[in-house]
Amino acid sequence: MAVVSANAFVAATAETEARREEIVYERPHALTDVHTHYCPGCTHGIAHRLVAEVIDELGIREDTILVASVGCSVFAYNYFEVDSCEAAHGRAPAMATGVKRVHPDKIVFTYQGDGDLASIGMGEIMHVAARGERITTIFINNAVYGMTGGQMAPTSLLGQTTTSSPFGRDLRLTGAPIHMAELLAQMAGTAYAVRRSLHDARHIIQAKKAIRTAFEAQQKGLGFSIVELLSTCPTNWGMTPADSLAWVRDSMIPVYPLGDYKVAPELALARR
Amino acid sequence: MTKQLLKGNVAFAEAAIRAGCEAYFGYPITPQTELLEHMSRRMIELDRVFLQAESEVAAVNMVYGAAAAGARVMTSSSSPGISLMQEGFSYMAGSNVPAVVIDIMRGGPGLGNIQPSQADYNQVTKTAGHGDFHPIVLAPSTVQEAIDLTVLAFDLAEKYRTLVFIIADGAIGQMMEPAELPEMRPLQAKRPDWAVTGAKGRPHNVISSLFMGAEQLEQMNIELQGKLRQIEQSGEVRYESVAIDDAEIVVVAFGTAARVAKTAVKRLRAEGLPVGLFRPITLWPFPEKELSHLAKRIPSVRSFAVVEMNAGQMLHDVREAVGSRVPVSFYGRMGGIIPLPEEIETEIRRQYAQVAPKIRMEARHGRSVR
Repeated sequence: MAVVSANAFVAATAETEARREEIVYERPHALTDVHTHYCPGCTHGIAHRLVAEVIDELGIREDTILVASVGCSVFAYNYFEVDSCEAAHGRAPAMATGVKRVHPDKIVFTYQGDGDLASIGMGEIMHVAARGERITTIFINNAVYGMTGGQMAPTSLLGQTTTSSPFGRDLRLTGAPIHMAELLAQMAGTAYAVRRSLHDARHIIQAKKAIRTAFEAQQKGLGFSIVELLSTCPTNWGMTPADSLAWVRDSMIPVYPLGDYKVAPELALARR
Repeated sequence: MTKQLLKGNVAFAEAAIRAGCEAYFGYPITPQTELLEHMSRRMIELDRVFLQAESEVAAVNMVYGAAAAGARVMTSSSSPGISLMQEGFSYMAGSNVPAVVIDIMRGGPGLGNIQPSQADYNQVTKTAGHGDFHPIVLAPSTVQEAIDLTVLAFDLAEKYRTLVFIIADGAIGQMMEPAELPEMRPLQAKRPDWAVTGAKGRPHNVISSLFMGAEQLEQMNIELQGKLRQIEQSGEVRYESVAIDDAEIVVVAFGTAARVAKTAVKRLRAEGLPVGLFRPITLWPFPEKELSHLAKRIPSVRSFAVVEMNAGQMLHDVREAVGSRVPVSFYGRMGGIIPLPEEIETEIRRQYAQVAPKIRMEARHGRSVR
């Protein structure tokens, strides 16, 4: 063991502490250094950060390809520092299939909202799950079409007032909310299908763990993995950011229960 | 290589494989299904990518993904399927990714039927989706040409980072002819610099057709139009002319219609009628200058007769090329009917009866009355 002087030891500790101070909080390498266009109080930013932290922690930034979708997250390719493509509305799972089949050794993920995934893109998402396509989907469910200005989504709650359901969503007119995590869990090719929420710190930590497991499912080649994230839209809900978080907790979670709807045995073992 | 008896659809597929096609995504539709079936066996044997998609909509977006990933990729379909794929074609044009599309046309509109037709001419050549763009469009009239143009299509797609369509019909897709396949090319060793391959040691690549600023999008369109003008001016125009030198009537036809027209022209020539055939092989870029030259500079040419298996679609491009100096007539069959050589002969004889007295009068007066 090398002998170090007391002074040197102090200096080293100070340096270590300084470094530790620096890394308490930093921008994940998988995020670009730009301001996002998301509205104040929207939880897209949190979801982006969680995905980027997982990419960093798994050390896969240079091997990851994002397929962005159409909706509020349409510019996701400007925010993630990974190779990216921008799909047509609803078609991100099909485009991701094309990318993954050509690059089976890369990590491919789609980032889609509820209109994109559960409405216009229902066919594509069901079929990637059916095929067990080795891709990961981050699904943002905020019960509304955000980018087009607050229209009814397939995940809007019954009675929810939107710009295209001004009298509240009526079961007889437009049916009931679609539960994607539960639905996709039914497909044989799905390795991991869970629902989490972004409304408070505890749930955000749980969401990050799920995102990590979803990427690991892909790394292990187990099949399709999806994390549905209950998210806020203060602007189109007409609420303050704080009220929006409470609405997720009090109104959305009772309709969309959080939980693990499918976890491949290989993943359950790893998590123990 | 020796000639072998090959079915058109199989020839397209095998030619694509030998041209180094790495990935194929498609959906069954008559009359192109043998193409997909051949791919389903051969691509897997060769450890390449084959996937039967859940729809044409999914198939075209898989092609988009594979093209964005830098692969040599293609799809095939028939008219209704091509309609469904148009959104994807537009995105590919907007983000400058190369791909090859084979459209084995059938009768329309709607579900139509599965008989041979050329009614996708406008759909494919004018714009294969929303926005300002043209794919390169090639039209074979034999199985051998189907093979040669498939190989060319991949080269053109990559050279110009563009979509290249090959349009044929059920007659060419289903017929068997002796033809020679090319040698197997090695697969491309390296992905293009612009492709999404993982941002290893470089800034991240983005494949997108989204340009929110009007000025930015106009600039993108200016560059896209510049590329299209470059294609038009780079000697990519291809055509065949038969017995054109002293022709007084020039038949203009492509694909299957041109096969039949060629028979009619040969028979009429044997009778001594001065008839020729002009067959565009590139439908975009269209051989506009070449047709214009025939109309303006070749004194023998008195009229054009366009023959198509539609209601007259290429007709408008021919009219635009030759202007008002020379009359242009049209003969077409629709609904999946291939015209018989006799029908075309009758049409040409009728037209010749109109121009012949004029020509005799000129000969008497020793000057042109054109």
